[in-house]
Amino acid sequence: MAAGVAAWLPFARAAAIGWMPVAKCPMPIAPRDDKRQDELIILNVSGRRFQTWRTTLDRYPDTLLGSSEKEFFYNEETKEYFFDRDPDAFRSVLNFYRTGKLHYPRYECISAYDEELAFFGIIPEIIGDCCYEEYKDRKRENAERLMDDLEENKDCKLPDMSFRETMWRAFENPHTSTMALVFYYVTGFFIAVSVITNVVETVPCGATPTQKDMPCGERYMVAFFCMDTACVMVFTVEYLMRLFAAPSRYRFMRSVMSIIDVVAILPYYIGLVMTDNEDVSGAFVTLRVFRVFRIFKFSRHSQGLRILGYTLKSCASELGFLLFSLTMAIIIFATVMFYAEKGSSSSKFTSIPASFWYTIVTMTTLGYGDMVPKTIAGKIFGSICSLSGVLVIALPVPVIVSNFSRIYHQNQRADKRRAQKKSRMTRIRIAKKGSSNAYLQSKHNGLMNELLDLTGSEGDQLHLNKTCSLLESQHHHLLHCLEKTTAHEFVDEQIYEQNCLESALQSYPSRTPSISSQEGLTGTCCSRRTRKSLPLPNSSMPALHTLSHTQGLQELSTIHMHCPDPQTRVVSRSSLNMQANEVGRIHAKERQTTAAVISFQTNPSVTAEGDGHRSSNVRPSIQTTASSNIVKVSAL
Amino acid sequence: MSQCRKRCKRQLTKVARYFYRFLTGTLTQDSIEDDFELSTVCHRPEGLDKLQEQTKFTKKELKVLYRGFKNECPSGVVNEDTFKLIYSQFFPQGDSSTYAHFLFEAFDTNKNGSVSFEDFVTGLSIILRGSINDRLNWAFNLYDLNKDGCITKEEMMDIMKSIYDMMGKYTYPCMQEDAPREHVESFFQKMDRNNDGVVTIDEFIESCQKDENIMQSMQLFDNVI
Repeated sequence: MAAGVAAWLPFARAAAIGWMPVAKCPMPIAPRDDKRQDELIILNVSGRRFQTWRTTLDRYPDTLLGSSEKEFFYNEETKEYFFDRDPDAFRSVLNFYRTGKLHYPRYECISAYDEELAFFGIIPEIIGDCCYEEYKDRKRENAERLMDDLEENKDCKLPDMSFRETMWRAFENPHTSTMALVFYYVTGFFIAVSVITNVVETVPCGATPTQKDMPCGERYMVAFFCMDTACVMVFTVEYLMRLFAAPSRYRFMRSVMSIIDVVAILPYYIGLVMTDNEDVSGAFVTLRVFRVFRIFKFSRHSQGLRILGYTLKSCASELGFLLFSLTMAIIIFATVMFYAEKGSSSSKFTSIPASFWYTIVTMTTLGYGDMVPKTIAGKIFGSICSLSGVLVIALPVPVIVSNFSRIYHQNQRADKRRAQKKSRMTRIRIAKKGSSNAYLQSKHNGLMNELLDLTGSEGDQLHLNKTCSLLESQHHHLLHCLEKTTAHEFVDEQIYEQNCLESALQSYPSRTPSISSQEGLTGTCCSRRTRKSLPLPNSSMPALHTLSHTQGLQELSTIHMHCPDPQTRVVSRSSLNMQANEVGRIHAKERQTTAAVISFQTNPSVTAEGDGHRSSNVRPSIQTTASSNIVKVSAL
Repeated sequence: MSQCRKRCKRQLTKVARYFYRFLTGTLTQDSIEDDFELSTVCHRPEGLDKLQEQTKFTKKELKVLYRGFKNECPSGVVNEDTFKLIYSQFFPQGDSSTYAHFLFEAFDTNKNGSVSFEDFVTGLSIILRGSINDRLNWAFNLYDLNKDGCITKEEMMDIMKSIYDMMGKYTYPCMQEDAPREHVESFFQKMDRNNDGVVTIDEFIESCQKDENIMQSMQLFDNVI
């Protein structure tokens, strides 16, 4: 229905007066209009109030604003519809209802805009022609970015990949393992050797007195043959391995790279098979030309070559156009020149195909000068030919250049994103840790509260009775319920490792004397990094005693890597302890990296002396990050 | 044979068209343009009044629920992956995807692979506003994975394992391998009256009503919203 011109419907209905007299049968009954009077609707979008008529919104009943779905957002007290969305993007949405055309504002981010459209139930395909190009371009870029991300996610090692799949991955991305890297460089080396051999083969080596000047290839035939054999063997092995590892062998055999591989090694085998016959040796020489295709194997190694190839492929139509128009121009001018020069004696322009050479050389502004027009008409047409040649060639070149530039920049962006991906993953991991740490922190504060209840100190209690946001406390209650269900508790990573150590230590009581002797070291280095929080809510004093022992052991393990003291090696460790050592090292490293990225770090460093109030000062800032992560559904 | 010929002809026309385009230089169409995202299946819930009749929520509560729902799923329905993603945000330490799967099955009453707002609100209405018996019924429905009216040991084992998975690795005491199994054994000991290896709905409700702890914790849901 022409919703944009809905206001003209009464006029159209009135104009039906022309049909009434000529109608043969009675008209159908008109629909009753018992809807209420048209009223102004107030749409409050994040504080900015938009007003429009109800009928404007009713034009598109399959969107949020046009259907009864907006009643879910109706605020009874203020008698307006409240939407917690971006008011700037809402402008385009509301304009769609008013004008019937959806416009895409250029400053808006494409994914944010898409989300707004999805929220309000508007399909993006109805974007008006004026903004459609821009929208599609931006959407394509975004899709490419998402595809890049997807491809990188596929890179992560799948747990169970068959040998064939591992090999294929190693071939496609040499950076995944050292073996692949070695293979990559070896093949690159052999390609280079092969190409250089082919080139040097034809260079005339020094002339001996006995024989005339002959190319190196004929002089050192055996040496060159050996090198050629070695290269071809490496290439054959590589091709067969790739063929074996390819997920779809048929598709692999059809791909460009595999055809280049085959063409590179085939002349050698054909040469082996053919005898040293006089007739076929001519053909054999021709086949040797194909050996130069080995240089294209470099495109697996060089990204720039791949980009160039991809650009040429994507500009195929422009190149085709160039070729076609050049051909047309060559034929035209060759014909003209031939007939113009027909009169002059001893003219080189013997036939039209012979004039092709002149036309090509002139149009590309080469001008060898082996064929020149002598008549005046020929000279005139020759100059027109050279001028038009410049024009015809200059036209498609910028298109190709811009294509190349676009693809090149896209590759740059992908590389940059790959480099940033690592830090992005770290940030995500830290955010996740932050939320779980928040829960442990609040649990710990809960028990600190109990402890302080026992000791009865009012001052510290005030610090700890922070008003948790309601969402936070509800989330923590949920986690607490889970703990009660499974009769296990959430603990921090360090404490978990420590508990494992403890259970391992229980079987090695003889170690304790040597540990206590090392305790002097604990005070100096690394002590700041390894402070522990109270692990058990029911911990009593004896538990703390063992805690200090294991604490010392933990610190010892961290010291073990930083100040390799020959004395510590006396304490020989079982395999379990060695593993804990390794884990401790990883933890220390992790702690170091996380400390660099975030200025404040959840510092579960509480000793019984009531460091609590210091850590609780850190808590609010952590909570904000944690709460921003977990607040998604408001209900639970 | 004719199929081969048809394929050959198709290939030939494709090649010919390619060369034609190559020579005359028409711009190539973008392939991404062609896949329109008409997959924006937009589902609108029924009117507010109707939902209020069907469930025990007030209009205000329904509005609050809908706002949260639409924020995550602007298309109006949740599919299983989004459901799992949302649920996993609350349990950063463990793996909640199996339990979320069971929940999804329980909410998706008409088995069409997606949870609409009506399904969502109906389920919540039973859990949060229903009587104790209704809640127990819903819990039984959750446990009964194949919906045949009785809970077998295997089903309970799956559920228990999914709950224990949510705890993650870093727990105190260290998570043993057979912790879920022991829990299932004690559960069956309590619930299975006639020792036939399955728990029916009557046994379940009867045993739960006798247990003080369960009764008390069922009342927790009264003021979730």
